[in-house]
Amino acid sequence: MKIIVCIKQVPDTAEVRINPQTNTLIRDGVPSIINPYDTHAIEAALAIKDVHGADVTVLTMGPPQAEAALREAVAMGADDAVLLTDRAFAGSDTWATAFTLAAAIKFLGCDIALCGKQAIDGDTAQVGPAIAEFMDIPHISYISKIEAVSADAITVCRLMDEGYDVVQAPLPVLLTVVKELNRPRMASLKGKMRAKKIEIRKLTSLDLSLDKNNLGLEGSPTQVKNIFAPEIKKDRIVIGGTAEEQTDELISILKAVKCL
Amino acid sequence: MDYFLTEDQEMIRDTAREIAQERIVPVRAELDEKEEFPTEIIKVLAQSDMFGLFIPEEYGGLGKGALELCLAVEELSRACLGVSTSYAANALGTYPILLFGTEEQKKKYLPDIASGKRLVAFGLTEANAGSDAAGIQTTATQSGTEYVLNGTKQWITNGGEAEIYTVIAMADRSRGARGANAVIVEKGTPGFTFGKKEKKMGIRASATCELVFDNCRVPRQNVLGRDGMGFIIAMKTLDQSRTGVGAQGVGVAQGAFEEACKFARTRVQFEKPIIGFQAIQHMLADMAIQIEAARSLVYSVARYVDSGAKDITKASAMAKTFATDVAMKVTTDALQVMGGSGYMRDYPLEKMMRDAKILQIYEGTNQIQRNVICQALIKELSRNK
Repeated sequence: MKIIVCIKQVPDTAEVRINPQTNTLIRDGVPSIINPYDTHAIEAALAIKDVHGADVTVLTMGPPQAEAALREAVAMGADDAVLLTDRAFAGSDTWATAFTLAAAIKFLGCDIALCGKQAIDGDTAQVGPAIAEFMDIPHISYISKIEAVSADAITVCRLMDEGYDVVQAPLPVLLTVVKELNRPRMASLKGKMRAKKIEIRKLTSLDLSLDKNNLGLEGSPTQVKNIFAPEIKKDRIVIGGTAEEQTDELISILKAVKCL
Repeated sequence: MDYFLTEDQEMIRDTAREIAQERIVPVRAELDEKEEFPTEIIKVLAQSDMFGLFIPEEYGGLGKGALELCLAVEELSRACLGVSTSYAANALGTYPILLFGTEEQKKKYLPDIASGKRLVAFGLTEANAGSDAAGIQTTATQSGTEYVLNGTKQWITNGGEAEIYTVIAMADRSRGARGANAVIVEKGTPGFTFGKKEKKMGIRASATCELVFDNCRVPRQNVLGRDGMGFIIAMKTLDQSRTGVGAQGVGVAQGAFEEACKFARTRVQFEKPIIGFQAIQHMLADMAIQIEAARSLVYSVARYVDSGAKDITKASAMAKTFATDVAMKVTTDALQVMGGSGYMRDYPLEKMMRDAKILQIYEGTNQIQRNVICQALIKELSRNK
């Protein structure tokens, strides 16, 4: 069985700061990590490998420094690592990213593709499902449990607002996972030693014979006009007193602003 | 201080530190309170290859030595001595096989030990044989191609949790200390059961219990080294492991010191953080000096052991004694810096101080270590006269 895990290198912070002059993300001094949801996808792949045996490849698209994220995944136990890197990929939106990743996964071949449910920097949750659409394979998102894996099918639990669905799909399939699925393992010493030495395979648009019109900024139907930090409103009213007094005051305030 | 560690050594230290921070610190108080063996943490240590550190690569280990083991033990001890004792006792049980095992015995046991699949324990102490280890009463009587074990071992770390036991027993009492054998006994062997689980002052996450042998038959192939070498094997094993106990001392002292520093910087009395008072400053400075001195000695001795030195008894006894006396002093002083807060279970200090005490006692009390050191000194003096 062959499993590909798509990962993304993101800045290590939940509070992304934005430069108010340029309206771009401030990346200086912010260390990079593997998108936390993706570490659960890596763990899922390794858990399948532990039980059923599998060849686990981690895949990312990004600048050369994204290699660090791949090496971290190898230290956790991934067998192989592939970096999609090309100037032509720069500026990709979710459509172009999914298009490129789908082409790479088709090129490499796999039975199961795994993604985190979303990245903590963009938060779109679009790339995983879009990869499956481009590949024309089924996808199941928000996986919280893998019930059974066989040579040609998989049964999983999909986390819903109230409870969960049990879904079965034939392979190949793409899954996006939530953090409830597992606890990612720590990198082992042998894994770290291997990660230091492993040669990261690099793929470009040429290797995948991709049309440049579908790639990067040019291939992206969405264009970011402006990024800005939301204005922080300072006029706050703190209501004090007993619960009753607070309720009375709140009602009179709401009436005053014509909310009631 | 920079100890000029190699890249691999730094990686080992950082891995152990990460495990300690992420997996041990959040549960250490609960493990202590419930006197619960850290099964989940042992699994993480196994998965991270920590059990194979000092085992040769040909048996599935990483082929590192005493210094690397000390670095790992120090980091684990900084978080919890109960956990680090479970980990270090595994090395103690492994050394007899590593140092004296036949190729066949090594092939049979070391790969499972290196992967952490099976834990190991070392069984020497008995009710009437503590500091006077030569007084052991457990017997290993030869019967055809087997040895029959009878007797009870006491206070055995990892007892009940381990699958493999290296046990010292008397095969020929008439030969005194030269009549002891070291024998490998596997859990599940008929006649081998576990007795009382001890309730301890500290290191409560570690398992300590009796090993009871009642006509327990083990094949001759399970004898380590030659017949009669049991006592030598025990002493050489302790020579190896003692430096690791020193590393435990450095670790727990460092952990206590960090807690005291954190507290002293934030605790305000007389309108300033107490770290601004000379009484506290001098205590912290003394702790820092002692910890660094202990670490320097432990690392130096570990490097000396790794150099292949023949006689390491005196050096390892010095590392153990100094670093564990430092541990007791520093944990006590760190608690004092924290005053009433240090005494409360809300902070980790009281546990660290309770835990530290065992280091001056197990694997040879610090009084016995001083005997050993002085015996070596007398030998050197008479040689150089």
